[in-house]
Amino acid sequence: MTKKQATKRKVKDAKPTKEQESVSEQSEQEEDEDLLQAVKDPGEDSTDDEGIDQEYQSDSSEDLEFESDEEGNYLGVKENNAEESEEDGEEEEDEEGDSSEEESEDNAETAKSEEKPSGSKAVQEPKKLIGEITPRDPSKPEYADSDTSDEEDIRNTVGNIPMHWYDEYKHIGYDWDAKKIVKPPKGDQIDDFLRKIEDPNFWRTVKDPQTGQEVLLTDEDIALIKRVNSARIPNPEHNEYEPWIEWFTSEVERMPIKNVPDHKRSFLPSVSEKKKVSRMVHALKMGWMKTTEEVERAKQQKRGPKFYMLWETDTGREHMRRIHDPVSAPKRDLPGHAESYNPPPEYLFDEKETKQWLKLKDEPHKRKLHFMPQKFKSLREVPAYSRYLRERFLRCLDLYLCPRAKRVKLNIDAEYLIPKLPSPRDLQPFPTVESLVYRGHTDLVRSVSVEPKGEYIVSGSDDKTVKIWEIATGRCIRTIETDDVVRCVAWCPNAKLSIIAVATGSRLLLVNPKVGDKLIIKKTDDLLAEAPSQDVIENERIKTAVQWSTAEAAEQEKGVRVVITHFKPIRQVTWHGRGDYLATVMPEGANRSALIHQLSKRRSQIPFSKSKGLIQCVLFHPVKPCFFVATQHNIRIYDLVKQELIKKLLTNSKWISGMSIHPKGDNLLVSTYDKKMLWFDLDLSTKPYQTMRLHRNAVRSVAFHLRYPLFASGSDDQAVIVSHGMVYNDLLQNPLIVPLKKLQTHEKRDEFGVLDVNWHPVQPWIFSTGADCTIRLYT
Amino acid sequence: MRRPKKYEAGEATQYISRRAALRKLQLSLNDFRRLCILKGVYPREPKHRRRAQKGSSEIKILYHAKDIRFLLHESIVWTLRDYKIFARKTGRDRAIKDFRNLNRRLAMFPELKLDHIVKERYPTFIDALKDLDDCLTLLFLFSTFPSLHLIPREQSSLCRRLTIEFLHYIIASKSLRKVFISIKGYYFQAEIKGQKVTWIVPHYYPFKPQSRQEVDFKVMSIFVEFYTIMMGFTNFRLFHGLNLAYPPQFPSSVLQDSEDTLKDESSFVSDRIAALNFELLRTDKLQEDEEEPEIDMDLLEQDGDSKRIIKMKQEAQEVSRLRTLFKGLKFFINREVPREPLVIIIRSFGGKVSWDSSIFSGATFDESDETITHQIVDRPSLSTQYISRDYIQPQWLFDCVNRRQLLPTNQYFLGEQLPAHLSPFVDAKRDTYIPPEEKALHDPSLIETHVQSDDESDEEEPEEEGIDQELLDEQLQRAYQEETAEYKKYGGVDGVNEDELSDAEEASEEDDEEEEVDEKTRRLKEEKQKMSVQSGKVHKVNKRQERKAEVDEHRLKARMVKPRHRNLFRHLIRKQQTQEKEEWLLRKKRRTIDANDKEAKKTAKREARKAAAAAAAAASKLGGK
Repeated sequence: MTKKQATKRKVKDAKPTKEQESVSEQSEQEEDEDLLQAVKDPGEDSTDDEGIDQEYQSDSSEDLEFESDEEGNYLGVKENNAEESEEDGEEEEDEEGDSSEEESEDNAETAKSEEKPSGSKAVQEPKKLIGEITPRDPSKPEYADSDTSDEEDIRNTVGNIPMHWYDEYKHIGYDWDAKKIVKPPKGDQIDDFLRKIEDPNFWRTVKDPQTGQEVLLTDEDIALIKRVNSARIPNPEHNEYEPWIEWFTSEVERMPIKNVPDHKRSFLPSVSEKKKVSRMVHALKMGWMKTTEEVERAKQQKRGPKFYMLWETDTGREHMRRIHDPVSAPKRDLPGHAESYNPPPEYLFDEKETKQWLKLKDEPHKRKLHFMPQKFKSLREVPAYSRYLRERFLRCLDLYLCPRAKRVKLNIDAEYLIPKLPSPRDLQPFPTVESLVYRGHTDLVRSVSVEPKGEYIVSGSDDKTVKIWEIATGRCIRTIETDDVVRCVAWCPNAKLSIIAVATGSRLLLVNPKVGDKLIIKKTDDLLAEAPSQDVIENERIKTAVQWSTAEAAEQEKGVRVVITHFKPIRQVTWHGRGDYLATVMPEGANRSALIHQLSKRRSQIPFSKSKGLIQCVLFHPVKPCFFVATQHNIRIYDLVKQELIKKLLTNSKWISGMSIHPKGDNLLVSTYDKKMLWFDLDLSTKPYQTMRLHRNAVRSVAFHLRYPLFASGSDDQAVIVSHGMVYNDLLQNPLIVPLKKLQTHEKRDEFGVLDVNWHPVQPWIFSTGADCTIRLYT
Repeated sequence: MRRPKKYEAGEATQYISRRAALRKLQLSLNDFRRLCILKGVYPREPKHRRRAQKGSSEIKILYHAKDIRFLLHESIVWTLRDYKIFARKTGRDRAIKDFRNLNRRLAMFPELKLDHIVKERYPTFIDALKDLDDCLTLLFLFSTFPSLHLIPREQSSLCRRLTIEFLHYIIASKSLRKVFISIKGYYFQAEIKGQKVTWIVPHYYPFKPQSRQEVDFKVMSIFVEFYTIMMGFTNFRLFHGLNLAYPPQFPSSVLQDSEDTLKDESSFVSDRIAALNFELLRTDKLQEDEEEPEIDMDLLEQDGDSKRIIKMKQEAQEVSRLRTLFKGLKFFINREVPREPLVIIIRSFGGKVSWDSSIFSGATFDESDETITHQIVDRPSLSTQYISRDYIQPQWLFDCVNRRQLLPTNQYFLGEQLPAHLSPFVDAKRDTYIPPEEKALHDPSLIETHVQSDDESDEEEPEEEGIDQELLDEQLQRAYQEETAEYKKYGGVDGVNEDELSDAEEASEEDDEEEEVDEKTRRLKEEKQKMSVQSGKVHKVNKRQERKAEVDEHRLKARMVKPRHRNLFRHLIRKQQTQEKEEWLLRKKRRTIDANDKEAKKTAKREARKAAAAAAAAASKLGGK
């Protein structure tokens, strides 16, 4: 029904527009035809068309009515139209039925459907009179000439096609005799204008789009058009407000309208129902079925959890599958005094603490307390803790999101990690205090060496002087000036000679200090006075590297006896234990950077044809004919007799600074610029037995004591550290190393601290030279 | 034989990432989370993360593969899937307005049964008690919640019921041991079957909505879902252990969610408290006054006297005393005092408690009752006071419980400044800072000496005496001197002039006399002294230097720590240092605070004295006139 109404409305809408336009034509004559054409084009006014598709017919009742009108006139289409008319009748009945439901609106519709034919007739009637324009007699009844109402007079047989297809032709279609319908002559604009002026009926003249004829509208037509235009019911006779007749009432009649008596079984109780009821009663009795109240109550009871005795005993464990290896979550920490609402006053934050606490807003884990302690005078004033909910939430997150693992908590004291070593008090004697300072040098003192008898020391400094001091008094006995910076001094370890080797620039001076025993001084002078006869022809390689010469008179005065001139600056000089050989190191000397000189024969040797790296320092073994050569990373031990490499020690350090060998010759101590000291047990391994990080800065030198189990190290952190280094005769026992004392009296100057350390040969005393131009004695 | 591929065995197969677990279980992340919370499945920290993650080193959430396989067989996984279907179908019904079907479906809502999970997670009852801390804290929090979007009303009322039941158990079994008022809430610690159970009751607060980033109520609600079940079973067993009927029956007026209790929050809370002040029904007809059997004590005595046993005996005695701490006392709580924690404490130690019946329900006696021994007040003054009772501040109760004895009430009187409230949970023998108040607790002699010394120092100061007092003293002194001078003049044996005497001290007087007596002997003595062996000077040890030397020595030793322990050692040392610094800071703060207090006290005293003197002077002047 709704669909039908919609289509009706559509038709209704279409009609007025058409009429409207035709009315408006009277004023705009020029566009008259075009407009009509335009109206015609959509082809919606299928009312007068033969070729209406079935769908359309069934859709709208009004259209059907038009179809039925055609019956009388056209036999050709009658047959199939007859069928349709039957359907139409049904449709109309339907519509009537509907009309009862939708009262007033449908009344209006029916009225319209009655009125419609007249409208369409009005348009079509003039078509009969082709060529002439004759106004229809208004007095004459509409259906006078035939009993059927508006006979559809189709003269153009082209069907429902767009009429502009005929625009190019002279005819507009074909009539029933298959003759062309010729388009009427079309006047030009002037003709139209003239007609407009002359013809009083011009305003009611309309062009028939089918035939191209002009049709004169009657007064009724115009009235109808006006009514439709003003949305009134087209039929003027129709009464919109007729009294309502109620066909179907809500009142129940006392007597049945139908005249059939009720069946007997309608008076008798149903057996099947009785059976059903009795079954239900039985079920209720037996408790199989529940009444609604009971069901409701049961539901009430069912809601909410039920609790029962889940665990039979306190500790009884029933075997059940559990998660693998359960780790229970640790409990929260219990609150301390600081969390109290009224804590002791010292727990409250002072300004500084508050500031710090607030500053760590972005990294709350760094705060020392996760809350700010507060103090309240009374319980009444304590507010709710604003982060309480958040804390509970975080705990929940911890419980289900935090990875858990079983870890053994390392609960050890820091002391426990310190190796158990004997107390230094039990390892005395060792130097503990600074007792003397030898002042006199004006630049950093590079090196110090002690006389074998232990009465004098010699020191070499950057101020190009070598000074000889008396140990006991701190008096400078002699100052020997040289031409260049003194890099290294070394007192000959042989007590029967009094010679000091002084490395100054590229010259090695052998100096008689003229201190101590007169006899020895004399003997030494005699020994060095004359050069022994050279019987071996020297190698060219050696000759270019080293020249031996006796010192000149001016230097003889100072005590210099022999000068060995090298081809590169010397860095280190070291004596062999017997005092006949001495070795020098020239780091820039490439393959000839290490040299061994023999004093008695005034001869030099180059032990290595090729160097394995930048040589830092060299050392003679105290007992065996071995030679230690330290390059930057490694230490090589050579046998001087067999002339072969015995061992290579791996230090695993960046840069070796110095080394010292234990007087027994089995242990080597190496200092490095990367803060470490390495103790090598030469019998044990090529790797260090122990690595010590006693210093905070580069270690410059190390030294073993000749008699006591002591060793010392000097570093750039201005400290001299004395340690106990006991080597046991028992091969199975490892050396014992105990740091004993840190002596820190040197001053810092240009990043340098202590440059050299050396032990007194007899006493447990140590001499250290520093960048602060002093030599210090610790006893 | 095929050569095994990498990560096909070992640690890589033991762990499974969360994404893989989701895929394996065919659950959404939300469902998986819920499952994990309910089943107590948690991520694991692998020993070697790289190996466990098949070579990738980013930090993923890893679960144990066995745990996930275990979840696979869980029946509630199906319920969770049913939920999804249920939501879809009811959503459809609602959309097409098929209400009949909707109602039918709603009636068939798939229930989540958690009973077996409780048993499985806590195989023994003791296990459940061990894990009760978080459960109780969360339930106490939820019991105060209004109906929220994600927290249905039933849940919070169930929480309320369960917590009240638990508190009733605590009261009935007298198992409360320690209480503490912190700024976060009230901490309670009870000992149930040898397990220490600690929970927090937040300070009363009006509920504040939280942003989702801050707090996700959904997660908490799931936890509560499990915890309610667990708590119910625990309560059931606890009540049966005490021969109490479970669920306990409360008077009909109490704990019914009527219209006004739901609307008015304060009545909701007061209802809860009223439920606490009510004796429970017992299944057996025994009276409450039967005491705990003390067989333990006898047994212990027989066993011997090792240190541990003595300690245990003491502990047992203390506990038995604690259980009857407030027995025979009657408390009345003023209306400004937060009642809930106080009611729990008083009732669980045998006291009787009531409050203003006109404001809150559940009161058992009136304020005018003459047998009330203590009235708990938290305001500076009170207009009408009864002589028969002590007016105390609530902290007294807490401190009494923690000290396990009735403290003198004088420090806690109405309007008095309260002593510091100390935490009972700290270890007394810890090696961090211990505030003097706590020290005094363990050693009562300390506090007395402290007080005495305070008094002494107050009296020692002569300057602070009033001016007139000083004058008086001077006069007295002069009078005494005159008197002695007279005595010397007339009654003295030796001809010692007075000037000397007045200068010299009494002690030196005798020496002088001796010298006068015999000069010869003196000379002899001198000679003797010359002859005698001079007593050696004691070598004075410069303590500071010694200490420095010791520190240096220790430092040198510390440098010998093995390289592989160096980092650990450094960490430990740093920790120790921060701890020491903290301790030092606290000590320093305390010292300055004490000094300031003393100063303030002194000035106050002086001023009071001055004022009194001025008043006296004025009075005397008036009198003179």
